[in-house]
Amino acid sequence: MIRFENVGLRYGVGPEILRDVSFHVAPKSFQFLTGPSGAGKTTLIRLFSLSLKPSRGLISVFGKDSATLEKNELPALRRRIGVVFQDFRLLDHLTTFENVALPLRVLGKDESSYRADVVELLRWVGLGDRMHASPPVLSGGEKQRAAIARALISRPEILLADEPTGNVDPPLARRLMRLFTELNKLGTSVVIATHDINLMNQFNARRLVLEEGRLTVYD
Amino acid sequence: MTDAERAHKIQMAAYRRQSRLAPRRASQIVPEGTVSGNALTIVIAIMSFLACLTLGAVTLVRDASRDWQVDILREITIQVRPIEGIDTDAEAAKAAAIAETYRGVASAEVLDNAENARLLEPWLGAGLDMDELPIPRLIVIRLSNPASVDLADLSNRLRAEVKGAGLDDHRLWTERLQTMANVTVVIGASILSLVFVATVLNVVFATRGAMASNRDVVSVLYFVGAEDGYIAREFQRHFLLLGLKGGLTGAAGASILFALLSLVIAPSMAPAETDQVSALFGRFAVGPIGYFGALGIAFLIAVMTAVTSRLTVYRYLADTD
Repeated sequence: MIRFENVGLRYGVGPEILRDVSFHVAPKSFQFLTGPSGAGKTTLIRLFSLSLKPSRGLISVFGKDSATLEKNELPALRRRIGVVFQDFRLLDHLTTFENVALPLRVLGKDESSYRADVVELLRWVGLGDRMHASPPVLSGGEKQRAAIARALISRPEILLADEPTGNVDPPLARRLMRLFTELNKLGTSVVIATHDINLMNQFNARRLVLEEGRLTVYD
Repeated sequence: MTDAERAHKIQMAAYRRQSRLAPRRASQIVPEGTVSGNALTIVIAIMSFLACLTLGAVTLVRDASRDWQVDILREITIQVRPIEGIDTDAEAAKAAAIAETYRGVASAEVLDNAENARLLEPWLGAGLDMDELPIPRLIVIRLSNPASVDLADLSNRLRAEVKGAGLDDHRLWTERLQTMANVTVVIGASILSLVFVATVLNVVFATRGAMASNRDVVSVLYFVGAEDGYIAREFQRHFLLLGLKGGLTGAAGASILFALLSLVIAPSMAPAETDQVSALFGRFAVGPIGYFGALGIAFLIAVMTAVTSRLTVYRYLADTD
């Protein structure tokens, strides 16, 4: 599904942030991406989501080499990848409903065609009664769930979540994790970037450990 | 059906009913009413106002200079100098009669003593006895069609047939006036071009400034898989409306000012202070070119704003990729 082969990345003429990173994310798989702060997790997520190009090596996304992708092929590929950002990136002037519906709206779909799906998803993540609230009045956990719902609404084949439990208390973190495992059971590959060891210990999942720019895979 | 399912069904029905009864307008993807957006509208309004004022002033001077030339060309003067032993009045009447035979001449009127005295009053005071002074006789010739009058031939005939006669066709004066008016229009047009360049640069930079505050919106749209064209269209539409709002406000302000000034400086109600303006511009009225030009400027500025936002979005997206 997504394959990295000897990927290296440096910004400008600086040192390499990622070195010889090789791994494969299989369909319907579940894995944690971990490592100390500043190890390059967020950079790796950006490479995943096609917003960065590697300095060397090969990244293959859904069978396509990212180096040879045409610019107009990117939006369609990006829609197959759901990303939950560490800072949520919700648009404050839109309601929760509109934020979650955004990936469908940008496809030019009419609101009546997706309203029921969005409402259902908002209920599934526990935001059924907050759909008309705007992000500034949502709590950290609610924003997190809205961001997750937005990443899921277009039924992506892979979900990348950057520290999705970083801003929530342990019970809510467990609830969000249940949400991700449930999603995985429904067929979506999940990659969760976190440095919370306790959280990872609760799940028997593959771990991709980044340390000083190098990646080790523990199956 | 469980209680939870029943509650869910009731809530969904309520939601559908609410949506049907009060169709809520979807929020614009590009936020409206932001500080940077409002600042941009104000900048655009001010620049549009200044550009419209300059355009109005240039058309005003151009129209006025055309009126001056037409007015001056419509009147020429024959002067008959008094010569010892010659009846000046008879010579003046002869000159008037010759002038009237020419095509394009509407009338030839010999000014009488009283009119001459009135002309000289500012210099020599009232109560002049014109018979004691060797004042030349003036014949005012009004032309119905200045282009068709053969002034050179008239001048030659007058010199040959009327003693002491000379034709003053104001040509020198007209040429000077024309040069002055042309220079004024060229200066006005140069100022207008400078104001346009300043407007373009101001709008471009203000739009880029406003776009900078929308980078988050662009990046979110990008990540949720929006096509570049879709993002550019959303911003272009937002900034076109914003530009139209600012541009039309400025143009409307300038048009209202033109209308007010033309009312205040109307000749019939002109107080002493406006005499100078009336003397220069006649009726202070900006023509249709001024008003339509203002509308044109407003639309031009709006289009420029939209195009700048579109280019900025594409540049940002190119950097992101």
